[in-house]
Amino acid sequence: MMLSKGLKRKREEEEEGLAVDTWWLDPGHPAVAQAPAATAASSSLFDLSVLKLHHSLRQSEPDLRHLVLVVNTLRRIQASMAPAATLPPVPSPPPAPGVADSLLASSDAALSASMASLLEDLSHIEGLSQVPQPLADEGPLGRPTAGAPPSLGALDLLGPATGCLLDDSLEGLFEDIDTSMYDSELWAPASESLKPGPVEGPGKEETTPELDEAELDYLMDVLVGTQALERPPGPGR
Amino acid sequence: MKCFSRYLPYIFRPPNTILSSSCHTEADIISTVEFNHTGELLATGDKGGRVVIFQREQESKNQVHRRGEYNVYSTFQSHEPEFDYLKSLEIEEKINKIRWLPQQNAAYFLLSTNDKTVKLWKVSERDKRPEGYNLKDEEGRLRDPSTITTLRVPVLRPMDLMVEATPRRVFANAHTYHINSISVNSDYETYMSADDLRINLWNFEITNQSFNIVDIKPANMEELTEVITAAEFHPHHCNTFVYSSSKGTIRLCDMRASALCDRHTKFFEEPEDPSNRSFFSEIISSISDVKFSHSGRYIMTRDYLTVKVWDLNMENRPIETYQVHDYLRSKLCSLYENDCIFDKFECVWNGSDSVIMTGSYNNFFRMFDRNTKRDVTLEASRENSKPRAILKPRKVCVGGKRRKDEISVDSLDFSKKILHTAWHPSENIIAVAATNNLYIFQDKVN
Repeated sequence: MMLSKGLKRKREEEEEGLAVDTWWLDPGHPAVAQAPAATAASSSLFDLSVLKLHHSLRQSEPDLRHLVLVVNTLRRIQASMAPAATLPPVPSPPPAPGVADSLLASSDAALSASMASLLEDLSHIEGLSQVPQPLADEGPLGRPTAGAPPSLGALDLLGPATGCLLDDSLEGLFEDIDTSMYDSELWAPASESLKPGPVEGPGKEETTPELDEAELDYLMDVLVGTQALERPPGPGR
Repeated sequence: MKCFSRYLPYIFRPPNTILSSSCHTEADIISTVEFNHTGELLATGDKGGRVVIFQREQESKNQVHRRGEYNVYSTFQSHEPEFDYLKSLEIEEKINKIRWLPQQNAAYFLLSTNDKTVKLWKVSERDKRPEGYNLKDEEGRLRDPSTITTLRVPVLRPMDLMVEATPRRVFANAHTYHINSISVNSDYETYMSADDLRINLWNFEITNQSFNIVDIKPANMEELTEVITAAEFHPHHCNTFVYSSSKGTIRLCDMRASALCDRHTKFFEEPEDPSNRSFFSEIISSISDVKFSHSGRYIMTRDYLTVKVWDLNMENRPIETYQVHDYLRSKLCSLYENDCIFDKFECVWNGSDSVIMTGSYNNFFRMFDRNTKRDVTLEASRENSKPRAILKPRKVCVGGKRRKDEISVDSLDFSKKILHTAWHPSENIIAVAATNNLYIFQDKVN
């Protein structure tokens, strides 16, 4: 019995399907010699891999290496399960090929769909955090990445580039965040309230758009703490 | 170097003390170990974001038996847990890597990194204190200037040695993904940091800008099939570096060839052995560590089951392959299930590049002599480490009759893994991290 920290499995029914041995990799094993059983073994490894994939993606920040290796392993298993559908029929009534076929039919589509959607979820999240390329100046050496932190990527969508709120597809991710401070209506009254008197000059309307963006940038910087971070750590060496 | 290899097994004597934390918490787990360039200092980083530096005792006529012992020199909190409010993510404070800078003055400098931020720390000693201020009294309180009638020159008086660590630079906000490696360049002006998909080049003096020199992020994340696992600069050629991947490949890049080193100069990959093919082939081929030899002629890579030595002039296969724990090959499915197959072991060269060392499970670690082709398995454990005793070689029994001193594969403790080891740059002194314990072994052939 191997002593190690194990994968936490939340559902008990999963445990029965997951064998610990490697008997299905042993070609001399009578069960393995029959293709249908090999497919069943592959499918349990498949289930385990899908479980790992889901578990990995459920992490707040998935370990990319772990994720990629599990996905690639899943692809290998899928590729090995594909030929089973074309195997010659076994003399004795074979319930397994039918099972394999249906498993394949569902797993192919399911795997592609699940992997595609899972990786797309990941790219959605990661895409939000990219340092937007237009912000970085191309220098003679490589691609200097500007000091703007990656985490500003999403908020930059609110800034000069679009001047409007997030796309519909991304809005859902921000449902729990109070975005009221980013509403443009808030800025006009705020700038008004700074004026001592009730006089509203025409200058307010002219300068508001620029003020909005500049103030928005400033607010974003303060929120994510880049103001503090851009200050050099101290004089001298 | 002493010809100790003629007297194999490697005669390593355990230290008088095993350095460990008194209570074993998750935060105490050692996550990196590194000697400095002279071997005088040994730094460890742990999951709690702390760095502990040990210093070797000076040779002393009075206490000959204490020569070469390492004692705590400085302890400081390098990284704190952070919270990324935008992504609602906690950034771990675990120290992934420590790299020393060569010493250029009385102070010591090291780089330490967690998943996102690299910091440059200055460790300096203070053993003198100025006394005799004019405007302050002995307790440091300001004196009324009107009471001062004479002037004196403050003098430096000795005080108890104080070692202080100060953060001199913070290199932040340049990595979207988790940093796995940092490497100081031989020009001592730049260094690189590598995460899963990108490698950035930094100048030590500039913290708000870095150059991206490798980017393997696909346009569509769904197409992602490979990540960067480790990277290192060539020890002598400041334009050359290597990086390894999760697919078992190593790319050598020359920064003179182009600004963006997405196209490699050399590509090292060993063809897959068809007889060993399995679902787990790719996972076990994933390289967890890559190290240049001190000479710069070879690179060593560690994957799950082997250590390989590559000649820079031969890209199609390694020149040497060493089996670390091949008895695990039949257990890969179980190791996949419990995630041990994803463990990342490091590997190290000795000072003369003649011996390589890497860790395994059950607190075992392995050494391979490249010249004699002999190898040994040793264990880092309190029970087997009586002071001044010789480490006994261990053996794993793979099947059949188990001898008295052997341990069977099924009895191995997979929670006791030695992932991090270090070798003194010139002497036969090794540091082995076993969970929260640090073992320092010295070779004393008399």
